[in-house]
Amino acid sequence: MTASIDIRDAFKTFGHGPQAIHALEHAKLAIRPNEFVTFVGASGCGKSTLLRMICGLESLSRGSIAVNGQPIAGPGVDRAMVFQHYSLYPWLTVTQNIKFCRQLKAHTRDRTSADVEKAAGRADALIRLMGLSHVADAYPSQLSGGMQQRVAIARALMSRPPILLMDEPFGALDAQTREVMHDLIRHVHRMEGSTIVFVTHDVEEAIYLGQRIVLMAPRPGRIDTLYDVPLPAERHQDMKLTPEFLALKREILERIRETSGMKTDLEQLARLNADVGADAALTTD
Amino acid sequence: MSASKRAGAGGSPLWQIRSAIDPRQYWLLALFGLVAPLVAWLVASHLDGTDKVFLPGPADVLARIWSWATDDDLAADVAISTWRVVAGWALSAAIALPLGLFIGSYRAVQALLEPLTDFIRYMPAVAFIPLVMLWVGIEEGSKVAIIFIGTFFQMVLMVAEDVRRVPLAQIEAAQTMGATRSEILEKVIVPSAKPALLDTLRVTMGWAWTYLVVAELVASNSGLGYAVLKAQRFLQTDKIFAGILLIGLIGLLIDQGFRLVHRKAFPYLAGRHR
Repeated sequence: MTASIDIRDAFKTFGHGPQAIHALEHAKLAIRPNEFVTFVGASGCGKSTLLRMICGLESLSRGSIAVNGQPIAGPGVDRAMVFQHYSLYPWLTVTQNIKFCRQLKAHTRDRTSADVEKAAGRADALIRLMGLSHVADAYPSQLSGGMQQRVAIARALMSRPPILLMDEPFGALDAQTREVMHDLIRHVHRMEGSTIVFVTHDVEEAIYLGQRIVLMAPRPGRIDTLYDVPLPAERHQDMKLTPEFLALKREILERIRETSGMKTDLEQLARLNADVGADAALTTD
Repeated sequence: MSASKRAGAGGSPLWQIRSAIDPRQYWLLALFGLVAPLVAWLVASHLDGTDKVFLPGPADVLARIWSWATDDDLAADVAISTWRVVAGWALSAAIALPLGLFIGSYRAVQALLEPLTDFIRYMPAVAFIPLVMLWVGIEEGSKVAIIFIGTFFQMVLMVAEDVRRVPLAQIEAAQTMGATRSEILEKVIVPSAKPALLDTLRVTMGWAWTYLVVAELVASNSGLGYAVLKAQRFLQTDKIFAGILLIGLIGLLIDQGFRLVHRKAFPYLAGRHR
C-alpha cells in the first residue's frame, strides 16, 4: 500500500501578535507514492513541525495537506509515525506493543476470524523482519535504544500504513546501530511499498536514505531547496565514499550553513583567528 | 592522578553519590538506623534523675501495650482506627482518582478546578472540626470526614501531576494509531500512570494516619488516637508512647504492603525496585 502527499501552501504560526513564531511559511511539496523523502535543515527550520502537520498532530494555520487528493483533518490510520523516543508502552511486552493497534476500535471494525489470524501472522512477520524474535516477550526497558526503535517501527508498520512518518527516529542511537537501522528501513521501504517521510539533522543519513532531499531553512521556517539523490535505488554503505555522494553532502552542508545564520558565526571565527595570527606576528617580531 | 581520585567519585563506594552498595551493607545500615534510636531511648530512660512520667523506658511501654491488649481491648481500638483511616482515605481516592485524571488530561478542567484545590489544601484540616461537627454530626462520619479533608485536596493535585507526567509521545503514538479519546485515557494514560498512582496512594495513606489523632478529637470514645488523647489527660506517658508507636507500626506495615503490591503489579519496572 502506498499514497501520495500533497502539501499545498502550508503555514504554521505559534502564538499571536509581535511574539508570533513563524514556524513554517509557504510550504509547497508533492510527494509521490512509494517515494522516500528526507527533510534536513538547521534547528528551527520547521522540519519536525511540517512532519507533525502531515501526521495530523499539528494543525495548519493556513493552506492544506492532502493524502491521495483528500485533505487531512487530524491523525489517521493511513499515516503511521515513529517518534524519536519514549513512545513505547513500558507495561507491554514487545509483542504486545507491536499488536497495540489491534486493541483499538479503528482497527477492529468488521473483524472476522480470518482477520485476527492475518494480524497474528503480520505481527510474527514484523517481529522476524525487525530481528526481535529473541526478545518478543521482553519489556521495552530491557532493550537497548536500537532495539526499542525496531519495536517502534514494527508497531507503526503493524496496520500496513500507506505512509510512514519518521521524526529523527535514530537521533539517539550510536553510529554503528544507525548504519544497521538505515539498511533495515530501506529494506522496509522496498518490502512494504510505503511512502516514507523521514526527518533528520544528519545530512549523510538524509542522502543515504532518501530518493529526494528537502532542505529547509529557519526564520521563517520554509522549504529552501529540493535535491534528487543521484544514487541507484539499491544502496550500500560503500556509496557514502563515492564522489557523487560526497559532492552532494558538501553542497547540502554548505547550503545549511548559509541558511542557518551559522555563516556569520564562521566569519566571526575566521576574523578572530586572523587577529590571533596578527598578534602572534607582532610578538615574534 | 588516578581515575579513582576524580572529584565526586573517590573513596569508598558508600560515599559515592547515587552509587549502588552491597545489599548486606544496606540491610545492616537499615537495622542500625532502627536499633540505634531504641538503644538511645533505653539509655536515656535509665539515666539517674529521669522521671518515668517524663520519659518511660521501652520496657514500661511494652508492658503498657501488653496490659492494653489483655485488659483494655487494644484490638478493638486498632480495628476502629484502621477502619476510620482506610474509609477516609478510600473515599478520597474514589473521588480524587477520576477527578485528578480529568484535571491532568484536560486543560479546561485544570483551569476550572486546580486553583480552587490549591487554595483549599492550605486550609488546616483541624480548623474544619467545628464545621464538620455542625454539618456531619458527631457520629463515625465526622471522623472519616476529617481524614477525608486532610488527604483529599493533596491527593487530587498529586494524581493530576502523575497523569501529566505520562510522556506526550505515548499519547501521540496512540493518536497516530487512530485511538479515540476514551481509548487514550483507558489504554494509555491510566496504565502508564498506574505505578505513580499507586505511589501516590501509598504516600497519602501515610498522611491519612497522621490525621487520626485530629479526627478522634471529635467526640470519640474509642480508637488509638482517642487513647493517646485520654492518656494525655491522665499524664500516662507510657500509654502515649504506646499509642504513637502502634500508629507508626501499623503505618509501616501498610506501607510495606503497598511496596509489595507495587513490585508484584509492575514487574516491568524491575530496575526501579530495590
